[in-house]
Order: sequence, then structure tokens, then C-alpha cells
Amino acid sequence: MSDFESKGQRFVALCMLGMLMFNFPILALFNVAGTLFGVPVLYAYIFIAWGALIALMAYLTESGG
Amino acid sequence: MLHGTAIILISFAYLGLLFAIAYYADERADAGRPVIASPYIYSLSLAVYATAWTFYGSVGRAASDGVGFLPIYIGPTLMIALWWVVLRKILRISKQNRITSLADFVASRYGKSALLGGLVTVIAVIGILPYISLQLKAVSNSFWILVQYPDIIMPTELGAAPMRQDTALWVAMILAAFTIAFGTRHLDAAEHHQGMVAAIAFESLVKLLAFLAVGAFVTFGVYDGFGDVFARAAAQPKLRAMMTPLEGVAGGYSNWVWLTILSMMAIMFLPRQFQVAVIENVDEKHLNKAIWLFPAYMLAINIFVLPIAFGGLLRFPDGSVDADTFVLTLPMAEKQELLALLVFIGGLSAATGMVIVETIALSTMVCNDLVMPVLLRLRRLRLNERPDLTGLLLGIRRGAIVLILLLGYLYFKLAGEAYALVSIGLISFAAVAQFAPAILGGIFWKGGTRAGALSGLIAGFIVWFYALFLPALARSGWVPISLLEHGPFGIELLKPLQLFGLAGLDQINHAMIWSMIANVGAYVGVSLYVSPSADEHRQASLFVDVFKHAGEGGGARFWRGTASVPDLYNLLARFLGSAAADSAFAEYASARQLHWPDQQLAADAELVHYVEVQLAGAIGGASARIMVASVVKEERLSVDEVRDILDEASQVVVYSHRLEQKSRELEAATTELREANERLKELDRLKDDFVSTVTHELRTPLTSIRAFTEILLDEPDVDLGQRKKFLGIITKETERLTRLINQVLDLSKIESGKAEWVESPVDMKEVIDDTLAAMDQLFKDKNITVEARLPEKVSTVTADLDRMIQVMLNLVSNAVKFCDRAHGWIEIALGEKDGWLRVDVRDNGPGINPADQTEIFSKFHQVGDTLTGKPHGSGLGLHISRQIVEHFGGRMWVESVLGRGACFSFTLPTRAAAAARAA
Repeated sequence: MSDFESKGQRFVALCMLGMLMFNFPILALFNVAGTLFGVPVLYAYIFIAWGALIALMAYLTESGG
Repeated sequence: MLHGTAIILISFAYLGLLFAIAYYADERADAGRPVIASPYIYSLSLAVYATAWTFYGSVGRAASDGVGFLPIYIGPTLMIALWWVVLRKILRISKQNRITSLADFVASRYGKSALLGGLVTVIAVIGILPYISLQLKAVSNSFWILVQYPDIIMPTELGAAPMRQDTALWVAMILAAFTIAFGTRHLDAAEHHQGMVAAIAFESLVKLLAFLAVGAFVTFGVYDGFGDVFARAAAQPKLRAMMTPLEGVAGGYSNWVWLTILSMMAIMFLPRQFQVAVIENVDEKHLNKAIWLFPAYMLAINIFVLPIAFGGLLRFPDGSVDADTFVLTLPMAEKQELLALLVFIGGLSAATGMVIVETIALSTMVCNDLVMPVLLRLRRLRLNERPDLTGLLLGIRRGAIVLILLLGYLYFKLAGEAYALVSIGLISFAAVAQFAPAILGGIFWKGGTRAGALSGLIAGFIVWFYALFLPALARSGWVPISLLEHGPFGIELLKPLQLFGLAGLDQINHAMIWSMIANVGAYVGVSLYVSPSADEHRQASLFVDVFKHAGEGGGARFWRGTASVPDLYNLLARFLGSAAADSAFAEYASARQLHWPDQQLAADAELVHYVEVQLAGAIGGASARIMVASVVKEERLSVDEVRDILDEASQVVVYSHRLEQKSRELEAATTELREANERLKELDRLKDDFVSTVTHELRTPLTSIRAFTEILLDEPDVDLGQRKKFLGIITKETERLTRLINQVLDLSKIESGKAEWVESPVDMKEVIDDTLAAMDQLFKDKNITVEARLPEKVSTVTADLDRMIQVMLNLVSNAVKFCDRAHGWIEIALGEKDGWLRVDVRDNGPGINPADQTEIFSKFHQVGDTLTGKPHGSGLGLHISRQIVEHFGGRMWVESVLGRGACFSFTLPTRAAAAARAA
């Protein structure tokens, strides 16, 4: 049960990380003119951060416990 | 080829294929080999979240405010991160209580309240109507646009509104027939629709592929990759502002955040999401894969939204084409007939998937939580006496499906034209978000009561209706528009879109803020003020502590009364059919090692509870409660009694936790004792070994001394040469004996800590030089090459000079003993690194077996000569050397590969380093 609990806590932390990444003011840092790989910075940031969050969730569920 | 008839035929063929998939999956399920028992199917079926709104509407929203569509998918991703905690709990609760729908869940949590279940049903049906109408609108519009090919004409310009709306009616009716065929073929006690789930998973694949196809075509076919689309869009002054889109929109970040929160609620509490995620779930473990696969699906289906939106804005710069249709009109403008058709099918699958699951979920709610409780209470109908009610249940559900779709059509006709797709969908999101406080509060807070949930839901729903639903009707001209502009009766403070003067916010934002304040406020406030009944107490405990109450029997503790087995059996048979009732009773009996119907069952609390749970699976918790109460005589438990039972249970839990802890501690202590005992035994054995080895070692030289002395004594006429030789051997053996005894004494001194150490600064370079000088003659005798790699100067170490010479002598004489006979070679290296001196003594002998490499440092371990098998030396030298090095804070080890020599090394801390460490 404690494995389940600690995993649950990690997921909650991940959700908070996501809320931080997709919220003011972090979002505002990327809301600037310019491009990254030809894509406007804000769009590129959102998709990369989103993908990274999903990868972390995958790692967390698939790793043991 | 894009004639109306052809499109209709292809659409029907597609629906036929879906039905075939569903039929196949149902057959397989009946045969006991379900196809949907896979986490991948589960994840795909969750993607029913992506509807026609996603398929067409995301691009529309992106074309007006850039990333504004993304919170609708990022929100769910964040919520899914919490699924491990939240959804697992809901799943467990639902399985134990045979929850059949969202309304059933809420009703069961708050004391199986039929009133609450009915309220949730009403809110869900009204709230979801806009969403269903959205799907109808999307399908009929996309059909009419496609038919105009090769022209691109917006449906609104076609003029013939009644004709188009008729299309929507047709779509509604066809989907109703289809849903009835899917969802209400038979009554399943667990409300599983395996065929439907398989078909939905297939639809999710189709819509994803269709969207990716059109996205790839626009991005890489029409334009030259992502960079090209964005570069060309940025070149247009009108579109440049959209590259940093959150700045331009008033309340940009606030909109973004509220939309995220709204979507987080939607992914949990949309009736269709609850249906696929909770009710249709066959295995809790499927959640693990879904937690990342489903978000990955949402990411994939959104990657091309922005390129398509900008592509469309560039292609149709005059605004003549509605951005909601870009997905379809772009391939049409590029003369890609097949792609356009694929898009239409993709949109169709997105819309049908949503409609099918949503109406099945809603019809279950309408049947179990709205109609049945009312019918069962109407004594005039004498439903209690009808032998078989399964037909009635199915009939109600079929009627509900038709009714819901007709209402959806009606909403489309009344209000559908006034809004873009996304705005219509968000109205529904805001409605289901009203369930969040009652459900989330209900599973984590025991204090939430039925009265609280009722008031919260009503308050939130009223605000939603006033601030979102009414304005939608007003914009379509069905309610005077003056209501929006001046407020009811001219009271400005009550203007639906600016309640109490709160202006400057997005309409959804504004409604969410006020409805959540009303909802949460009422829920918490009333819950704290009104004390709960016994039923509510019990259910609150069963829900919140679901992981503590094991098994379905958890609720049986709370029942007291009398019942009869035939009554209970008949009750079950009426609602499930007698075959299902038979198997349910047989299952119950066999779990108790009884054989039913040959052996009599006891009509005790457990059986009553079991029947109620089975019944709940078919008609919902609230109705099941009413029905069971009608055939048994029960004593109502008072609040105090329920509380006592709960306390008792929790004391037992605490007690057993304590017991567990005690036994764990005991176990740990036992293990420690056993280990200590093992160590003692081992030491004892070592001591015995030591004594026997020492005596054996002493006996060998003694034997030869005695033998030679006897010869000299018995035979006086041995010649002088022989005599000298014998005396020489005797002297040598005596020396060996002395050395051995010295070493044993030495060892025992060191081991008992009584050895005298004379500590002084020692220069290891000098030690090595002295050792080599002392052994110089030996090297020459044995013809051994010695290489000494010594630095000019090294730091001193704190050690006993004589002891260090003893160590070096031991290592070097070992090397001499074992090095190659013919071409003996020994290398001695001294180095200093990071405050440590290191000495290596390397030879070119036969090397040491890896298995022996740790053993050789133990007492009396002798590595025999690989050729003669005869051991050299006492076997104590290395052991003593290691003890000495370790005494001065160093380490000694050996590295060797068989056949390539051995290298004995040791380290010692320099004086400076040792002082620094001590300080």
C-alpha cells in the first residue's frame, strides 16, 4: 500500500508541475516574438512541455511499484 | 464522385462496419473471450473525448485566438495525472457498489437518494443537449459543404435553412436507431457494453488517422513544413499578432486558466467520459497504460491544428469561409476529393462516437434515476407485481435515447446557429463541472451530506442556466434580447453576462466563477449546517474509506431486519430475468460452499445486501434501495448505531494495524538474533580451524627435526658431510618453528589489540629502498629482475617503521616465491594521489584464481604451488600485513588474472590528509 501511496504523491506533484508550466507567469516567459525551429516560441514551448509531461507520466506508471 | 447519394451510401457503409465490429465484440464477449480486455482499447475508448468539436472546432478556435483551444486538452492531461489517486478510488467504489452511471454514483454516495439522482440526471440531460446539437450541426454542415464540391459555399449562404435542418433531423434519427441497436440489445447487470466500446475504440483510430492525414497534407503537401506555414502567416500583418496570442486577448491568462480547470472537470464528469472510464472499465490495471496513452492521443490529434488554421487563413484571406470548416474546405480547395471524403468520415466518427456513448449514458441515467424511482413509487401501476420488468427497462431506455436526440435536434434548431462549435461545447462543459464539488467532495470528505449536495447542485445549476443557457437562447431570438442588454426588469446588476457588475471576462469564465462560488458555497455551507442521516453516514464511510472496507460485503454490516429467500429471488428475477437471477444466486451460494437451490440459504443481512447490489447494477442504487425495502422488513438504524458500527470497525482496523506492526517488529528481532547466532557459530568454527591449523603447522617441522635427531642419535657413524647437512635442516626447521610461533604470537597481539605500535612519520620510499637492499642477495641468487618505480619524493605517513618493513618484506618475498622460475620479474611502484600513498608489488607468476583472491588474506590460507601442490610459508603473512595496513587507516587488496601474474597493492593516508580528516 505504501508503494501505491508514494506513487500517488508523485502523480500529485506531477500535476502541480503541469499547472505551473501551463500558467502565468511561466507561460508569459514564452509569450514572446521569435521562433524555435521555425515555430513561434509559445507554440513550440507548449507542445514540448506537454510532451515532456506525458513522458514523465509514462515513466512513472510504467516504472515498477 | 462526391454526389450526395454516394456520400450517404459511404456513410451508411461506415456505420454498418461499426455495427459489425460491435456485433463481433459482443459475440466474443458472450463466448467468454472479450476483445476489449486490453489497456489499448480502454485508452482508445477514452478518446471519445475528442468529438466533432475537436475535429472541426479546434481549428476554428485556433484561427481566432491561436492557442486558445489547447487548455481543453491540457486540462485533461493535468487531471489524468491525478487519476492514479482520484479515478482509481472512483473505480473501486463503483465496482463495489455496482454503480451504473454518474447520477447513480452521486445518489449512492449521499444515502441512495433518489431525489439527488434525479436532479443529477436532469442537469446532465439539459447540460449535454448543446453538446449533442453540436455534433448534429457538424455532421449536417460538413455533409452540405461536401456536396457543393467543387464549389466552396458556406451552409449559411445556401439559404435553404429548413432543408439543412432536416438533414440534422435525419442524422439524429439514424443515430438514435443505431444507438438503440448498440446500447440496449439486452440488459447487462454490470452495464457493460463491450460491443459499443470496441466500436468506439475503432472510431477513435479513424478520426485520429483522418485528422493526421489532412494535417500532414496541409503542412507538407500544400506548404513546406511547419516552419513554412508559420513564416508565411507571420508575413501577414493581420496574423502576426497571433504569434504571441495571449497578450492580445483581454484576460488572456485568466481565460486560459479557467478553461484548463473547466476541462479538468469535464474529463471526469461528462456522462460519456464517466461511462467509458468507469462503468465500461473491465480491469483497474488498464488505468496504468491509459494514464499516458490517452494524453499522448490528445497531443497527437492537436499537433496539426495550428498549421491547418493558419493554412486556412492564408488560403481564404477574405473571411468568406468559416474557420470551423477549414479541415474540410482546405482539401476541397486543393481538389483532393478522397482526402475530403476521409475528413468527412473522420468527422462523422468523431460525432457518432460521442452521440452513441453520451446517449447511452444519459438514457441509463434517465431510466434508473429518473423514471424508475417514480414508477416504482406509483402504487397504482402495481409494478411490484409484474413478473418480468426487463422489457420495461429496455423500453424506457430506448425511449430516452430517441427523446434525448430529438431534444438535441431541437436545441440545434433553436440556438445552434448563433455560436461557433467550441462555444456550444463549453456551455456543456460548464454544466457538468457543477458535479465536481458533490463528487470530489463526496469521495474525500465524509462531512458532505445529501442536503449539501442538493443545494450545491441546484445553486450551481441555476447560475449556469441563467448566465450561459439563457443567453444562448436570447441570442437566437427565443428570449427577448433586452434581457442581455439591460437585465431582467431593467435591473442592470442582474445582467446575465455581467452578474453583479462583473465585467471584462469571457462569458464562460464569468459563468464558471459565479456558479462555482454558489455551488461550492452551498455544498460546504449546508453540509456543515445540516446533520446527516444514518444512511448518509454509512454511505459516506463506504465511499471515502473504500480501500479500508474490503469486498462487496462492506455494506451488510449496516442492515438489520427480516427477509425471505423466495421474495429476494423473485425480486431479482423480475428485473434481471430468471436466468440471471439463478446464476446470481448460484454464485452467491457457491462462494459459501453451498449448493443452490438444493440447500437452503439464510436470508440474512449478507444476502439482502447482495441482492441489492445485484439489483443496483440493473436499475441504479436508489431504485434498488426502494425495491429491496419493499420485500423485506427492516429496522431502521439510528445515526448513533451506524456511528457505533463505524467506530467499532475503525477500532478493529487500528487494532489489527497495531498487531501487524508488533508482528513485524518481532520478525525483525528474530532475524537479528538468528544472524547474531550465525556469526557466533562462524567465529567458533574459525577458532577451531585456527587451533587445528596451528598444531598441524607446528607438527610438520617438529616431525622433521625429530626424524633427523633420531638418525643422528641412532647411527653414530654418519659421515661428517651428511651430519652437517642434517644439522643444517634441523636448524632451518627450528627457525621455521620460531618464525611460526612468533607470527602466531604477533597475530594474537594484533587481534586482541595488545600489540605495541610505535607511531612516527614514515617515509615509504625509504622503507621500500631498505627492503630491496635487504633482499638484494636473494634476487641475485634467484636471478630475478627487480624494477622499482619510485618518485623523487613522497609525503610521509604515520606508521610504525618496523611494521611497514615487515609488510614490504612479506609482499616482496611472496612475489619472489611465486614469480616465474626462469625469468623472474618483480615491479614495485609507489605513487601519491588525493592524500593517499599507494604501493603496488607486481610479479609475473602464475596468478591467483579469482575465487581465491579474497580468501588469501584470511588466516592460514595457502595458495599451493600450481606445479607441485606444495604450500609455501605459514599462511599468516598476508593476514598480518593486511591487519597492519588497516590499523594505519589503509586498505590492502590483490588484482590478478590467472596466468598473467598478480599485483598486491595497499594504500595509506598521508599525514596531512589524515590530520585533515581527523579535524
